[in-house]
Amino acid sequence: MRLQIPLAITFLIGLFMAVQFFVPHEVFQYSFESLLAWVRIVGAFALVLGIGSLLRTHWDKIRRRRRDWPYSIVTIVSFLAMCVIGIGFGHEPGTVFYWVFENIQVPLDATMFSLLAFFIASAAFRTFRARSTEATLLLVAAVVVMLGRVPSALIVSFGDTAVGHYLHANMPDVSEWIMNFPTVAGKRGIIFGVALGAIATALRVILGIERSHLGGGGGGGQ
Amino acid sequence: MNVEERPVGWWRAESIWTRLLSLDRRWIFLGIALAVLIPIITGLTLPLGKPAPPTVAVYDYIDALQPGDVVMFAVDYGPSSMPELHPQALAMVRHALEKHLRVLSVSLNVQGTALANDVLQTVGEELGAVDGEDYVNLGFKVGGSAVILGMGEDILTVYPTTADGRRTRTLPIMAGVRNYDDIALVIDLAASNIPGAWIAFAKERYDQDVALGITAIMATDFYPYLQSNQIIGLVNGLKGAAEYEALVGLEGEQAPGMLGMSAQSIAHLLIIVLVIVGNIAYFASGRQRVGH
Repeated sequence: MRLQIPLAITFLIGLFMAVQFFVPHEVFQYSFESLLAWVRIVGAFALVLGIGSLLRTHWDKIRRRRRDWPYSIVTIVSFLAMCVIGIGFGHEPGTVFYWVFENIQVPLDATMFSLLAFFIASAAFRTFRARSTEATLLLVAAVVVMLGRVPSALIVSFGDTAVGHYLHANMPDVSEWIMNFPTVAGKRGIIFGVALGAIATALRVILGIERSHLGGGGGGGQ
Repeated sequence: MNVEERPVGWWRAESIWTRLLSLDRRWIFLGIALAVLIPIITGLTLPLGKPAPPTVAVYDYIDALQPGDVVMFAVDYGPSSMPELHPQALAMVRHALEKHLRVLSVSLNVQGTALANDVLQTVGEELGAVDGEDYVNLGFKVGGSAVILGMGEDILTVYPTTADGRRTRTLPIMAGVRNYDDIALVIDLAASNIPGAWIAFAKERYDQDVALGITAIMATDFYPYLQSNQIIGLVNGLKGAAEYEALVGLEGEQAPGMLGMSAQSIAHLLIIVLVIVGNIAYFASGRQRVGH
């Protein structure tokens, strides 16, 4: 029963959500709205479970003195401190919570992301090679799109010349063409593939073939 | 030639190209740092060029709205994407408030609530807009696509209170606003796959007009939706932010996107030079290896 009941619920709800899309009757509409509220409530519980998992994982790491365990202390202390500050003193603008967010989390987060620029530049220098026809096409397209994104770089490169101004005026159009046609063609194929995969996975879940979401590992397949 | 096989003083015999290929990456880091810092410190401004059509489409759409129309900003990004998306948000919210549109803000990213506050308060104070009448931050709600779908039925059910705890239904800005039927445009500012959910649920199920403000790296993911008219326009990265600022007529400190574009231009130029030099060095050193 522990398996059959969740599978039956999944099947019925999945079927209902697919059918209700095509039936504008008020009963279906009301049920749909109720289900959406349930999803939000379940989502809130998932957040609590996630927090529990985070704390349990890091506590276990500290207890067993695993590699880099002191960072886990920082994680737990930071988490608890923000909880106390936020729940105890509010999180509106002007509060301590807001100050910590603006002056600690925002700069830290932005710094981590900014480091990417350095690594991308280094990686581009070391690995972006025209080793084959495909790689050459990719490289040329990348350079054109990059220049199209920053056309003023062409003025810097060619100076205040006719060539510089011509490229400055037209490179964004070439870049936009690459984005609008070759890129969209490739991307649309990927989107179709992903969508078909998502439909297949959804059907497997609704029909009870895929059961990994019920826990206990592995999908179905029988 | 393996490192072990190299004779003493091997580096003296190697060409400049081979040595260039083994350039200490800290020199590249230094180059990027200077390429970013110098334009910012010197206040270098470079010509922006003509705005991209997808940016103009968003500007034109908002510009054509009537005073009192409602625009919903979904602030679905965190601090890591602020350099690209915050200037977009500032410029678009400013445009909307200058047009006397009503601005609602929601967040499906928990960090977006504080960033939305920053945008609304910064622009609101400058323009003398009133919180609760001209704009309001409804804040973060867990649930992702369920939140998007829920607002298609009843926004007040999904957001009974605002981010700072006021009863949503009591606010003047919410007069006559029940669901997407009462919202002229949703603009999702995001650095993740959340825009896909807005398109799939708000646009496709409720026929809500949607525009996107995204990071440049995500542009390839969403151009197909632009071509199929599932989004009305797209503001793309820092360049898009700068273009929107230019369209609104902003400059100086009110245009952080334009200030950032000079640094980005020089940094991109440096990366292109590095790619070209890296390839020349690779092929030149390869020919030498074949020659030996």
